[in-house]
Amino acid sequence: MMKAINRYTNKLTLLSGMLIAVGFILMVMQQQVGWSNGFLIAATVIGVAPVAMKAWQAVRLRTFSIELLVTFAVVGALFIREYVESSIVTFLFLFGAYLENRTLQKTRSSLKQLIDMAPQEALLLHEDGSRKLIGVEDVKVGDQIVVLPGGKIPVDGVIVKGRASINEAAVTGESVPVYKSDGDRVFSGTILDTGYIELIAERVGDDTTFAKIIELIEEAQDSQSKTERFLDRFSSYYTPAVTLLAILVYILKSDLHLAITFLVIACPGALVIGAPVSNVAGIGNGAKNGVLIKGGEVMERLAKVDTLVFDKTGTLTKGKPEVTDVHTFGAKTAIEVLAYVAKAETVSEHHLGQTIVKTAVNRGVDLSSYQLTDSEAIKGHGIVATVNKHHIVAGNRKLMDARQIDIDAHAGQYAISRELLGNTAVFVAMNGVLEAIISIADQIRDDAHEALAMMRANGVKRIIMHTGDNRHTAKAVANQLGIDEFYAELLPSDKVAYVNKLKEEGAIVAMAGDGVNDAPAIAAANIGIAMGEGGTDISMETADVVLMADKFSQYAHAYVLSKKAIRNMRQNIAIALAVVVILLVGVLGGHVHLASGMFIHEGSVLVVILNAMRLISFKASKSRRGTSHNR
Amino acid sequence: MKKAVMQLEALTCPSCIKKIEGALSKMSGVDDVKCLFNASKAKVDFDDSKVTADQLKETVEKLGYEVLTIKTN
Repeated sequence: MMKAINRYTNKLTLLSGMLIAVGFILMVMQQQVGWSNGFLIAATVIGVAPVAMKAWQAVRLRTFSIELLVTFAVVGALFIREYVESSIVTFLFLFGAYLENRTLQKTRSSLKQLIDMAPQEALLLHEDGSRKLIGVEDVKVGDQIVVLPGGKIPVDGVIVKGRASINEAAVTGESVPVYKSDGDRVFSGTILDTGYIELIAERVGDDTTFAKIIELIEEAQDSQSKTERFLDRFSSYYTPAVTLLAILVYILKSDLHLAITFLVIACPGALVIGAPVSNVAGIGNGAKNGVLIKGGEVMERLAKVDTLVFDKTGTLTKGKPEVTDVHTFGAKTAIEVLAYVAKAETVSEHHLGQTIVKTAVNRGVDLSSYQLTDSEAIKGHGIVATVNKHHIVAGNRKLMDARQIDIDAHAGQYAISRELLGNTAVFVAMNGVLEAIISIADQIRDDAHEALAMMRANGVKRIIMHTGDNRHTAKAVANQLGIDEFYAELLPSDKVAYVNKLKEEGAIVAMAGDGVNDAPAIAAANIGIAMGEGGTDISMETADVVLMADKFSQYAHAYVLSKKAIRNMRQNIAIALAVVVILLVGVLGGHVHLASGMFIHEGSVLVVILNAMRLISFKASKSRRGTSHNR
Repeated sequence: MKKAVMQLEALTCPSCIKKIEGALSKMSGVDDVKCLFNASKAKVDFDDSKVTADQLKETVEKLGYEVLTIKTN
């Protein structure tokens, strides 16, 4: 019986609404007052049934509920023969709940879309080569799994065979496919676009990055900010106070009508739901765009940030040195020079050497066709080797000087110009003559410049860079990005001290780093931002905000979003407080009665939900140019 | 000590949270209850020698909320 009433609440609402309509028509026709009242009473009884049932269930477990207040109010209204009011109050209460449910689902839709990306099944590969389709919950660590084109990767793992382009939007919010092959890590929930892979399961079930992201967002959406806690406390006093007022009014003035009107307005619905609903829409928007914002409190602090501190390597820059230019002076082409040096550097463990080798291979050089006869790495200088009977010297100026290789004015000028741009210049001589200069740089992230500009336009006052790197490179990066201050050659403990100093000066500091060696500074800042690259555990745990695709545009988006969300929350609170005042004054002044009180109450709840829904489709980059928010 | 995660029907009013949290935390053997409004989930830490996951589910259903799934570990 109870379950049936529960299930058919919507139908009961509709029926109640139709009965009210019939009752009204009869009333307008001024025919049988008895018939009209009969319909309205029926509408009230049908409508109040599901409400009263919930109230009773709560009472049985000695728990207070809003439904109890409404039930009392409706019964009271029937008692004083206010059938129009009683039927409309119940109908509005039910219909309001229905609309709230529908609109709330919209505010929660971002997370639901994510959850729907969860994989359901996996193709298990047996040792004999046969395949079996199993449920994703049955996959164990160490299982070998096959993923076919269009298929979802069921668990976190490492590719052991095959290659594929993979859409990682579920984890990073970035829908441009990523190319992955042997030895690369893949994540549950991401989709294999084209190709074929076999992988070994490393993390399954609730341990996958995807599952952790979902859990983190769920927790974040429900973690309360200070404002919310305050409002909660307010309403936890407000409701009993108004209820008490209703009882007092009844006892002292024996005015039942006024008493039950108070009961109807005792729950400040918009006030209770206004802040959380902005929160959930804002955090959901972030999640969809690859930014995890850990709760309403973080949102409030992020919106107040006025000083940005960045780690250089791996944060402002990609953290992966690349060959930016091969400038030749002799007859050899750039690719030839690169091939000879790369062959020589195959024995080198220096990261610049390894960068050259990687670049040569990526540009299609077959190193096995070259012959390396002898090689010697000279620490802090470079390398000397013989490749295909050519004598190769590759390294810095000091090495060239030591080997009496002449660097003419033109080449010297060129090298300095490259260094001023933040490159490391590697001089290459073949058979005693300078042949080329290879420039290697840790490149600045593509979107860093635009993102910093956007954050400045939205309220950031100071941008500061920290690095353990040398002053020269630091300056080049700082100049290119228009950073206000930079501090080079720092130790991790220096970074923490500096963040603390900024805080003492009254700045609200957001510190962004790669999450591992910057963890102490990230923890010390008002807001810690971690570049998550697929969401490493450490960054997800220590930081307040995680950028899942390591994109600066995500950082800027999060910052502008937080401001927008906080503004939205304030609007909602203002609306809700205004409604509380209007209702109280209105009821006391006799302007607001049962039905109109319920109408204003339910209406205000819908207004705050609809207001919060605007956050779902918010796009930071578009809003700056003042265009529409439609996606 | 075990942990149960119940997926409930979509919750629509924050006061539902208080109701469910209140009712569950009054049960003996229940150590901690956390209700997530937006995710419509109830997370319960409980002593499985004193109370079963089914009893937790029953309590929530008695309040009039549907329990879609329940996971314990």
